[in-house]
Amino acid sequence: MRIEVDRIACRGDGLCAGLLPEAVTLDDWGFPIVGPLPPGSEKAARRAVAACPALALRLEASR
Amino acid sequence: MTATLPARLLGGAPLGPRPAGVDVEAVVGAAGLVGRGGGGFPTARKLAAVRGRRRPVLIANACDGEPLSVKDATLLAHAPHLALEGIVLAARSVGAREAYLCLQAGSPALPAVRDALLRHDLGGVTVRLTPVPDRYVASEESALVQLLSGGPALPTSRPPRPAERGVHGAPTLVLNAETLANVAVAVHCGPELYRSVGDPAEPGTLLVTVAGAVPAPGVVELPTGTPAGTALAAAGVAPAGIGAVLTGGYGGAWLPGEAVWNAPLSYAGMRAAGGVLGPGILGVLPRHACGLAETAAVARYLAGQSAGQCGPCMFGLPDIAGALEAAVAGGRHAPAALAAVRRWTATLPGRGACRHPDGAARLVASALLVFAADLSAHVSGRPCAGFYGPRYLEVPR
Repeated sequence: MRIEVDRIACRGDGLCAGLLPEAVTLDDWGFPIVGPLPPGSEKAARRAVAACPALALRLEASR
Repeated sequence: MTATLPARLLGGAPLGPRPAGVDVEAVVGAAGLVGRGGGGFPTARKLAAVRGRRRPVLIANACDGEPLSVKDATLLAHAPHLALEGIVLAARSVGAREAYLCLQAGSPALPAVRDALLRHDLGGVTVRLTPVPDRYVASEESALVQLLSGGPALPTSRPPRPAERGVHGAPTLVLNAETLANVAVAVHCGPELYRSVGDPAEPGTLLVTVAGAVPAPGVVELPTGTPAGTALAAAGVAPAGIGAVLTGGYGGAWLPGEAVWNAPLSYAGMRAAGGVLGPGILGVLPRHACGLAETAAVARYLAGQSAGQCGPCMFGLPDIAGALEAAVAGGRHAPAALAAVRRWTATLPGRGACRHPDGAARLVASALLVFAADLSAHVSGRPCAGFYGPRYLEVPR
């Protein structure tokens, strides 16, 4: 699985980086930089997706 | 010079009668046609992505969205019948009854296109001329889709892709005008003859805009794979006079003069040389010009052209432009500014709804590499002489 960001919807609230630090960091303006999901982090990823106040995150099958 | 070259597109030769019963997708696939809008995607695969879907529509993109490019306008002024024929062939092959021909508002090609629309056999396809606002991101394909659906000409998030859900929800095929002219050539002359010209991996001819400090700027048509020096020579440039060349436009990359002359004009060829083909743009700087100041001016322009929809682009591009200006001007804060430029250009790509931030970051990153020697002098407060001279690449106001 991987995390996809709707860049237009994203407001830089930053909750994703707090809930899923193993895959998401924030840039200097507070917007997410998404890396690969480490094994075993899918539950945390689902939580981060659900917590996004802008509904800008989704989980997708890896390409 | 053009007389000895196969000027298929700009030669202005009329097409014969439309061949009947041709499988356009198969011909275009056998011809090996790849898109001429800058992406280089195989055209047959784009046709296949909408074929069989319910009531698809076609968008012909003739906007010359890169400010230095005039190739789509030149094509439409010289050979509008080729673009229209390509529109009819592509539209009918995917079952589209409606097509939009998108041009920059106020395009000088408009009279020629209007005239050709009256004369050309459109084969039952309704072709609508659509003016597009003169804005950098307006001609991006999802922006065209949104404009034609009654919205602003700004990129949208994907999914859905235009091929799935485009203009007013209809499956939408977006092809560049030069690509469509090549569809017409391939169908009318057959795939074997089509393939007999150019680089076998990306066959055919290519329209190249030569801009900047050149005696005779404009568009040349050359077989793909031709060394870039041939296009530069056609514009009156001598190898010794070149400092650096911006390849691919403002979303492209710099190449040093020595690297550009023999670089093949194809997607793969320019990439291998470290440049970008993009929509076929060569922006020439003379030896005494300051590539860093040119890049800073373009970066500032690109920052102003952000649609302001995605955070990394909206905030990143102005900050990159500002930090690049500070680094180039030199002074106490220049080293920190340069470090910030490097960090930001590395983290920006892939983080917008469209590729605008990617292109801007690529341009700036390439300038840091190509003008590395100048850069350290600038940062330490000793800018090159060209810094105080004129700029050579036109940046729209």
